[in-house]
Amino acid sequence: MKMPRLIIFLLCLIPLGLTLYGAINNTLGANPAETMNRNMGDWALYYLMMTLSATPINRVFGWNGILRYRRMLGLYTFFYGCVHFLTYIWFDHYFNGSEIIDDIVKRPFITLGFISLVLLLPLAITSNRFMVKKLKRNWLRLHKIVYLVAILCVIHFFLMVKADYYEPLIFAIILMILLGSRIILSLKNKKL
Amino acid sequence: MPIIFKSPSDIKPSEITSESDYQNRRQFIKQSAVLLGAAWAGRIAMPVSASGNDFPGAIKTSYGLNEKQNSFEDITSYNNFYEFGTSKTDPARNAMHFTPRPWTVTVEGEIANPGVFDLDDFIKPYQLEERIYRLRCVEGWSMVIPWIGFSLAEMIRHFKPTSRAKYVEFTTLYDPERMPGQKRRVLNWPYTEGLRIDEAMNSLSLMSVGLYGKTMPNQNGAPIRLVVPWKYGFKSIKSVVKIRFTETQPVSTWNKTAPDEYGFYSNVNPDVDHPRWSQKTERRIGSDFWQPKIETQMFNGYAEQVASLYTGMDLKRYF
Repeated sequence: MKMPRLIIFLLCLIPLGLTLYGAINNTLGANPAETMNRNMGDWALYYLMMTLSATPINRVFGWNGILRYRRMLGLYTFFYGCVHFLTYIWFDHYFNGSEIIDDIVKRPFITLGFISLVLLLPLAITSNRFMVKKLKRNWLRLHKIVYLVAILCVIHFFLMVKADYYEPLIFAIILMILLGSRIILSLKNKKL
Repeated sequence: MPIIFKSPSDIKPSEITSESDYQNRRQFIKQSAVLLGAAWAGRIAMPVSASGNDFPGAIKTSYGLNEKQNSFEDITSYNNFYEFGTSKTDPARNAMHFTPRPWTVTVEGEIANPGVFDLDDFIKPYQLEERIYRLRCVEGWSMVIPWIGFSLAEMIRHFKPTSRAKYVEFTTLYDPERMPGQKRRVLNWPYTEGLRIDEAMNSLSLMSVGLYGKTMPNQNGAPIRLVVPWKYGFKSIKSVVKIRFTETQPVSTWNKTAPDEYGFYSNVNPDVDHPRWSQKTERRIGSDFWQPKIETQMFNGYAEQVASLYTGMDLKRYF
């Protein structure tokens, strides 16, 4: 691993490290279980937005370098999504399988979160160079799923909130910009 | 595809009641002598003895003596009080400079003696007491809080409601300059809540002016709030400026915001899930998060005192 990439790799672990540190030292407030779950969910969403920013940033500012970090950001999205899910099955349900399945089936916001994580799994598995080469054009098609996942995740956030939609709305706007920029860029390409 | 609901006969309120009666029996027997005495007299003559006590005249009661209380820190740092922001930590931060004085309480509607009262005058007629109550939030967490307050029933008797007073409506202060959370229309301000008159007259219903022997912290609903421990926390309206006796059922803010999620009654009930989460268990704040959650009790464990209010009512329908 090249030096800058190693640094980014380690930086991306900081939110997890801080959360674990807080859990051990009891500095996550009155409801540490909830704080852990929210922190990890928030960061999964941040990494997802960062992953989706790479292409527009490259196209608009002509900075090729950022593409080298896209895969890592994508994998961190999956990683934080998994930790988010782990805190849910652990501290919300204490690994009670039937309760968890009940929850996933019955409650739309949990259903969407779970589907998002399941959809990210094949993307994570096929993110290595070998699979990129093997799947060829299908790889691009497969990885378009990430757009669907991003939409589902923002809806997941919307459905979780009780009354204040301010935060999910911000994510919705960012996502619209990120997806909209792709549409504009592809239209431009066709004209040229 | 047919969706199968439990038939109403499966969930008779009487069955639910006897179930929780059974669960509470041991605790009830242990406390019954003291509890009945206290409920009858409303108090036990014994001063609250904490140092730095803002309410030296308040008397201790037997409510919740066997409960492990949450720390003052937990109670004052983890709050739902949207008037000061929507995150749990917002109220402590944004209510820091709130001044709950001067404060008046307007009492009006179907009563003999309406009026606008300065807070001190409003509280004066009643004996303050300390009661340790469980508080169960609709979000699935709970605390145990030593409130200082007075019986709502005594207050209601004082104002002599007419025969048309079927409900009591409470209103929170609306002042966006002092309550910055009201600058955004997250809820339909001002916050209102309501109780049926017999619920309000129940001996558990408390008007609270403090906790842990201290004047009510701003983030917990200073200077005066309602506490109805068998209902989800949002029913216990904070920073009350108006109490109105009505013939028709008052609007409850959360009920208006999402009627399918928050009913007018909102009694704690492990058998009726919130559409987005189960109400079967709860996280006791301050407990070790490695340990499983605790089971939520019918009427938050106060079935002995309140179940009779709902005899014959389908609690799945009137959730």
